[in-house]
Amino acid sequence: MDIKDIIKEENKVYATPHLLEETDMHYCPGCSHGVVHKLVAEVLHEMGLTETTVGVSPVGCAVFAYNYIDVDWVEAAHGRAPAVATAVKRLWPDNTVFTYQGDGDMAAIGTAESIHAANRGENIVMIFVNNAIYGMTGGQMAPTTLIGQKTATTPYGRRVDLNGHPLEITELMKLLDGTCYVTRQAVHTPAAVRKTKAALKKAFQNSLEKKGTSVVEVVSTCNSGWKMSPEAANKWMAENMFAKYPLGDLKDI
Amino acid sequence: MTGEVTLMKGNEAVALAAIRYGCDGYFGYPITPQSEVLETLEAEMPWETTGMVVLQAESEVAAINMVYGGAATGKAVMTSSSSPGISLKQEGISYIAAARLPALILNVMRGGPGLGTIQPSQADYFQATKGGGHGDYHLIVLAPSSVQEMVDFVALGFDLSFKYLTPAMILADGIVGQMMEKVVLPPQRPRRTDEEVKKQCPWAATGRTGLRKRNVVTSLEMEPALMEVNNHKLQAVYHEIEQNETRWEAVGVEDADYLIVAFGSVARICEKAREQAAKKGIKTGIFRPITLWPFPKEELLKAAQGKKGILVVELNAGQMIEDVRLAVHDSLPVEHFGRLGGIIPSPSEIVDALQEKLI
Repeated sequence: MDIKDIIKEENKVYATPHLLEETDMHYCPGCSHGVVHKLVAEVLHEMGLTETTVGVSPVGCAVFAYNYIDVDWVEAAHGRAPAVATAVKRLWPDNTVFTYQGDGDMAAIGTAESIHAANRGENIVMIFVNNAIYGMTGGQMAPTTLIGQKTATTPYGRRVDLNGHPLEITELMKLLDGTCYVTRQAVHTPAAVRKTKAALKKAFQNSLEKKGTSVVEVVSTCNSGWKMSPEAANKWMAENMFAKYPLGDLKDI
Repeated sequence: MTGEVTLMKGNEAVALAAIRYGCDGYFGYPITPQSEVLETLEAEMPWETTGMVVLQAESEVAAINMVYGGAATGKAVMTSSSSPGISLKQEGISYIAAARLPALILNVMRGGPGLGTIQPSQADYFQATKGGGHGDYHLIVLAPSSVQEMVDFVALGFDLSFKYLTPAMILADGIVGQMMEKVVLPPQRPRRTDEEVKKQCPWAATGRTGLRKRNVVTSLEMEPALMEVNNHKLQAVYHEIEQNETRWEAVGVEDADYLIVAFGSVARICEKAREQAAKKGIKTGIFRPITLWPFPKEELLKAAQGKKGILVVELNAGQMIEDVRLAVHDSLPVEHFGRLGGIIPSPSEIVDALQEKLI
């Protein structure tokens, strides 16, 4: 029997998502971004949004998101993705528009743009990958870095007296009248991956129904930045990150 | 209302001209002395008529990034601000230039540096003409001297911006923005349909329809050799603009002994100074660059032939004078007269300066 006889459509239980490009992987092995990219690609294809979606990529590791997911993209300046997406959506209201942002982009340099786009209730989906560190620039402190967590700019651990508190921006988003759906998920187990996919689907469906801004936070690992193996990073995330950033829906209207 | 003469402020005229042009979107943030642009647009409610989007952003930074986003989808979008706000927009303007996007930016200049004053100034000449943000880039810079030119340069700015896929800036000052003058608005043009936008801008992020490959609007290129190619492409466009798009106005230059070089509203004051000088037997001509970038170098050199000297009059400490000197080399004396901090010179001050510095 030839291998091609085995790899038939009807025998497949898993395949590369239709919209995911064959490109050199620039994310580190163990990084959560790859899984989140895969889910976005799957959801957009399954919902038939391939031809009407424009993504807005951030500055940070996910700046190259446009190399992976086969839809139109605009690459924004650091933190400005929600402002960019606001215009992309308002000028083409029939298109589906999402931002893909890291913690620095969403909760430090782009706090104003994130809060105000959500507060206006722009009909966009904001995907927020929170790994509590600046990956692209070499592992510096993020607004979401935990107290005590060591980074390149908090080499002895984050201290409240020096660095302030971790910013729970998703909790802030929940308070805004412009948001219709605010959820926090993870992708460290198959069950968590399925839940994140369902959350993304709901967020894009909200956008189609013009319900306002949907925010999907994905608590993620940066095993390179955290200087851990992928397995240890998942364990550390579950033990430490989830206490500060508990999973589940914060708001669902 | 077509062809009808009306009286209005420069800022109001820009807003109405944008609607008439068929502008797709305006994104702004209030700052004196240009807030009437946003106010007029909100009062006109063009979203009810032409479908134009008008949005008061949370900051100048957000507004310019909305312009970047809108331009990335092929739409005709603009913003306006005044000096400190334009400084905030510089990162976004650099991105727009680097990504080869069309956009229109209005700067109604006020006195600086810092928070400065709300009174008129021309002290952002360097910022507008030499780049402003980071990296090697230029804007097409148009300097209106009347409310009518504020109107006309909206269409000209958008047209040039789409022709060269380079952002255009209307560099006005607080005088042109705030003064009321007679003006004729152009007829209403329909906004382009989405299909027309897609046809005109096949590079735009409008949704990957049919068989086309995805469009990615970005200025990022990690490979130095390719980044250099991108830069060379930009420079080639700037060279083409320099060859084709210089604009200027010359008044009484041929018979003159002295040239006065001024841009924007100051050139209007210089016209009065020219009359006063004539009564004293001093023959002057006025050379007014309309495009500050590309600067009309060759035309100025030609106008300066056989003259005894040039007085450059600006509402700054001496900025355009550098381009004037580069244009005429050392062929004749070039002096500067400027008032700072929001002070507008009187015509007689200009005549006095001419006599003192050059005669």
